Amino acid sequence: MDQTADGADKPDAAVVRDALGVGVAVGLSGFAFGVTSAGSGLGLLQTCALSLLVFTGASQFALVGALAAGGNPFTAAAGAFFLGVRNAFYGLRLSQLLALPRAVRPFAAQWVIDETTAVTLAQPNRRAARIGFTVTGLSLYVLWNLTTLLGALGAKAIGDTRAWGLDAAGPAVFLTLLAPMLKTATERAVAGLAVLLGLGLLPVLPAGVPVLVAALAAPLALFVEGRRRGRAGQDGPDGVEVDR
Amino acid sequence: MNTWIAIGVTVLGCYAVKLAGLLVPAHTVERPYVRRLAALLPVALLAALTAQQTFADGHTLVLDARAAGLGAAAVALMLRAPFLLVVAAAVVVTAGLRAVGG
Repeated sequence: MDQTADGADKPDAAVVRDALGVGVAVGLSGFAFGVTSAGSGLGLLQTCALSLLVFTGASQFALVGALAAGGNPFTAAAGAFFLGVRNAFYGLRLSQLLALPRAVRPFAAQWVIDETTAVTLAQPNRRAARIGFTVTGLSLYVLWNLTTLLGALGAKAIGDTRAWGLDAAGPAVFLTLLAPMLKTATERAVAGLAVLLGLGLLPVLPAGVPVLVAALAAPLALFVEGRRRGRAGQDGPDGVEVDR
Repeated sequence: MNTWIAIGVTVLGCYAVKLAGLLVPAHTVERPYVRRLAALLPVALLAALTAQQTFADGHTLVLDARAAGLGAAAVALMLRAPFLLVVAAAVVVTAGLRAVGG
């Protein structure tokens, strides 16, 4: 975490190569978003506005999915917002690593997402971290927006997106993001409980609300975990967790 | 109009949390409980969203070609396929099943 402890050198070209690899691969998947968004009934301008201004994939997919399901705009936005909250925690780590001037932060903020964080955290020193963040952010932002536009135009051209199986793209994207997070029993329990809540409440609650209720699986699991640890008394009194 | 409202609220909310992360002094929120919760919230949301977008049709639960598509994506993930290939697997299998009348 404190990178002064590890000031190993890494050639700039190697950092750029790693960053471009991630930026290009994930940037291309904006196509899936463009198609999904258009298939969900959003217009070209609305689809492109989301990629330009929201620029955090999971939230974008969640929003168009909730709107397609007929959700209230605020419920739909709430689901997208809660998914975006993780970016705040990425920002906390990145601001220590990158040490950005205050004036630059409002601009850098738009690029604080899963992929830029992963690349930046993997760098051995501040120079490499800054290059990694910038190159990943720029390549991903440009490509994601271009492919969103192409996807939205393409969806119009091909007509019925369901016949092409494109309604399966959204859940596949979510699963891809979710899979690496399921590291311990707690994460798996949270995921399982969230699935039960999300599906079980679907028939009875307004569209978009079951997902928000399912989010309660997270604090619930922490509560159970804390109680169990308190009873076992094996860890420290504050139950400090080591993540990553 | 409703769609634009949803987009506007999402834009503001998502940008605000990104900026907050860069501006807020780390020690104010870096408590273990808050960090754990921040790590687990996406797990719950993504799991619920995956399930819903696979099995929901409006307010009813259905088992259709999407489930097979998601299964294909899961297999691709276990084989460590790259991101785009995982999504492509889901799309192709779903479309294929529908084409043969599934």
